Amino acid sequence: MISVENLSKIYGTTTVVDGVSLAIKRNSITAIVGTSGSGKSTLLRMINRLVEPSSGRVLIDGQDTRAEPAYLLRRRIGYVIQGHGLFPHRTVAENIATVPRLLKWEAPRIAARVRELLEVFQLEPARYADALPHQLSGGEQQRVGVARALAAEPGVLLMDEPFGALDPIIRDKAQEDLLAIQRRFGTTVVVVTHDMEEAFRLADHVAVMSAGKLLQYDRPAVLLRRPADAFVSRLTGLADRAIRLLSLVTAGEAALPGTTDGPTVAASVSLREALSELLWCGAQSARVVDADGAVRGQLTVEAILARGRP
Amino acid sequence: MPRAATLLRLAALALLVAFLVTPQSFAPLFAPLTQYGAPPIYDQGNLLTLALAQLGTVCIAAAASTVVAVGLGIIVTRESGAQFLPLSRTLVNIGQTFPPVAVLAVAVPLVGFGEKPTLIALFAYGLLPIFENTLVGLRTCPAAVLEAASGMGMSAPQRLLSVELPLAMPLILEGMRLSLVINVGTATIGSTVAAKGLGEVIIAGLLSSNTAFILQGGILTGLMAVLLYDALAAIERRLLRSVSMD
Amino acid sequence: MSAAVFAGARPLWAGVRRVDPLGAVLVATGSAALLLLPFVVFKANRIVPGNARALSEVLPAWQTLGCDAALLLAAVAALWIPAARLRLALALVAVGAVALAAGAAGDALTPPGDAVVRIAPGGAFWVLMVCLGLLATDATTRLRPGPGLRVLFLIATLAAAGLAISYGLFDHLSVMREYAVNAARFAREVRQHLKLAFGSLGAALVVGLPLGVLCHRVPALRPGILGTLNVIQTIPAIALFGILMAPLGALAAALPLADRLGIRGIGAAPAVVALFLYSLLPIVANTVAGLKRVSRAAVEAAHGMGMTDWQVLTSVELWLALPVILTGIRVVLVQNIGMVTVAALIGGGGLGAFVFQGIGQTAIDLVLLGAIPIVTLAFSAALTLDALVESLDRVRAEGR
Repeated sequence: MISVENLSKIYGTTTVVDGVSLAIKRNSITAIVGTSGSGKSTLLRMINRLVEPSSGRVLIDGQDTRAEPAYLLRRRIGYVIQGHGLFPHRTVAENIATVPRLLKWEAPRIAARVRELLEVFQLEPARYADALPHQLSGGEQQRVGVARALAAEPGVLLMDEPFGALDPIIRDKAQEDLLAIQRRFGTTVVVVTHDMEEAFRLADHVAVMSAGKLLQYDRPAVLLRRPADAFVSRLTGLADRAIRLLSLVTAGEAALPGTTDGPTVAASVSLREALSELLWCGAQSARVVDADGAVRGQLTVEAILARGRP
Repeated sequence: MPRAATLLRLAALALLVAFLVTPQSFAPLFAPLTQYGAPPIYDQGNLLTLALAQLGTVCIAAAASTVVAVGLGIIVTRESGAQFLPLSRTLVNIGQTFPPVAVLAVAVPLVGFGEKPTLIALFAYGLLPIFENTLVGLRTCPAAVLEAASGMGMSAPQRLLSVELPLAMPLILEGMRLSLVINVGTATIGSTVAAKGLGEVIIAGLLSSNTAFILQGGILTGLMAVLLYDALAAIERRLLRSVSMD
Repeated sequence: MSAAVFAGARPLWAGVRRVDPLGAVLVATGSAALLLLPFVVFKANRIVPGNARALSEVLPAWQTLGCDAALLLAAVAALWIPAARLRLALALVAVGAVALAAGAAGDALTPPGDAVVRIAPGGAFWVLMVCLGLLATDATTRLRPGPGLRVLFLIATLAAAGLAISYGLFDHLSVMREYAVNAARFAREVRQHLKLAFGSLGAALVVGLPLGVLCHRVPALRPGILGTLNVIQTIPAIALFGILMAPLGALAAALPLADRLGIRGIGAAPAVVALFLYSLLPIVANTVAGLKRVSRAAVEAAHGMGMTDWQVLTSVELWLALPVILTGIRVVLVQNIGMVTVAALIGGGGLGAFVFQGIGQTAIDLVLLGAIPIVTLAFSAALTLDALVESLDRVRAEGR
């Protein structure tokens, strides 16, 4: 649980973050969105005190972050930035081992952890452990960056535009990996992004910022149905908000009892994709099936459309 | 091509060592250059001792200037020393217009003759290339890497020692190489202020119009400088390979 | 106080609470030097060690006070005044005051008509000059003057120093004593120094530019030529001078014509050849780098408009590469002015003659008579050519 209380940052006469308060639940993913210059990065960087707040405070699990020196605090918090920031003079394994080494873990424990992370991130240890960052592809570098941030089993992972430098296909995969890893380790993730699509896909809660102020902090669906003001609705996409709502719900969640002989959709896909499939086939209803092929129920076009209304 | 270069280097090294250890065996080569029965090989001192003395002076001065220049470079790239940065850059630029001989000449009145003025001149002149390269090296560390280092909880000294300095190392080494090579040359001139070194041979030749002395002194210093330059460049390349950026 | 102080939004006293750290270092160093080191040194003749004199022992009270007041103002500026213009002005006033005080001390300490005693500026003088110079340099750096202004500033400083010297303000200081003895030779050696430095630069340009173009056009030649020139650069000057003496001496012995033209083993010839060889690398390397920087599109457009190869080279490629080539020329000129000094060792003449003669006679003043003009020449050349490169870049930027 991270609680941000009345946090502000003032540089000279400019207020970059202005009295922001929010409570981030444990084991959740929170996205901070906003235009550039909205103060979203500064807000994130005040959580691990890369930027010292001008006023207000941050509590992590009830403990004030100012209770210990900033660099000790940061060792307990994972941090991922755009462009990965890997150390070019160190191998992949050494990069990942950075924080465990700072924490003086014993060598066998570090080695085991590095190995585990390489495997989790689908980086064959024999091939990648001793490679230097410049020998990897962009997507691989980014994965090493995330693995490095998670190395010391932090309870909190902060990410600043983590996938901004990746091309769409690799970004898609990276987002999928992040969701899987968050489920696996139960990390509390706070991610800053300017990509609404990404925010809606990843986050349980979204914080919308503009000019240093927190405009709205809520679940994605609430943001779409009841935007706090015109800026939020414009940022979240006024024109296709109905479609975005559909993308927040999976076919499995929306499935109705019964079955039909229409096309088949996987339970894990979003209603948006299910609707697209129905339109493509010209069908009125589809069967929803589990990963193992068992029928979960059915979906009709009307039922889907009903989910897209406020 | 690299094979030929290696052979050339080894040959140069062999020549240097052979000349320093058994100078008399080269006497027939230099004999035609002498007149009126002057000695063909420098006989007022041991060439090996002179060469080692010169190398020692150069290395001591280089070590001192490396410590000071890298230290200064670190200070002015920290937040607390940032306001010294513009001035120190200007000073580096101005400093490089000072000829090493002038530094040497000005040092004599301060500390007298012998090794000391040479050491001072070498130290002072060696500062500049190392300082400048340290600055460039530390200031061009990728911002994302520095941010990641702090973000992961490295304290400022940890970040400096395990990230910034290793990344700046190839450039710092290049600065050391430049200053060492300039220093070998300046140390030769140091013999005019009675510092021990191979310059002594050249100056003895100039004073007694003995071309053989001048030539052997010149060839030996030249060989030493070229080999030193080459050896340091090789170390640099090796380091660079492991720190190469994407 | 001048308007500059109040030009900023903050009043003067706002800066007073915070002490400038550079200023603190400079003031501490300067004060320590003033307390611990002699301001002037009195020597019975040019060789014997001197004894120290403080300023107050030598000068009338009002002059000492004037100098102290100027130093105090500079110290205040260094510590508390953030306005760069005022800092610069006060630093320069203090430089002038310290120089005048030294000159006046020379006048006061020299018995009338005596040509034997030497009054040399002492440690405190030099440390103060360095501290004030740093203060002025720092202020100038913060002002970021344009290239024209920098050259103007250089000319003004040189003119002020020249005027002060020609009015005889420093006539009784030891360096000027040496000058008085060697005046005719000094002019000759300066000319010789410049001749050697510029002559070898000219020769390097004549050979280096075509060589650079060749390296650019025939990439296969590049590693060989640049590698060789690189190795030449690492040979110490004195060694190269010495090595060249043998073949040039042999040439003179074999060809009486060469001898009559001044090509001998001893003298200016080996110096010029050595400096020429040293100069080649920066010229060739910068020509290649400059040509490489020229965009392919510009060259193709020029060809497309029907220019001949020669026209493209001279009016497009070399013109666009000029700033980089000029940077090479700057490196060579500054390097040459320094290296010519060593030429004196092999009878090449130049200001180095004073330096080495002074070293030989342990006459520091004679060393300074050679060294000060060398440093001034090198510094002026660097500043002027830097300004030229920068203004050329500016003209380009506006032209675009």
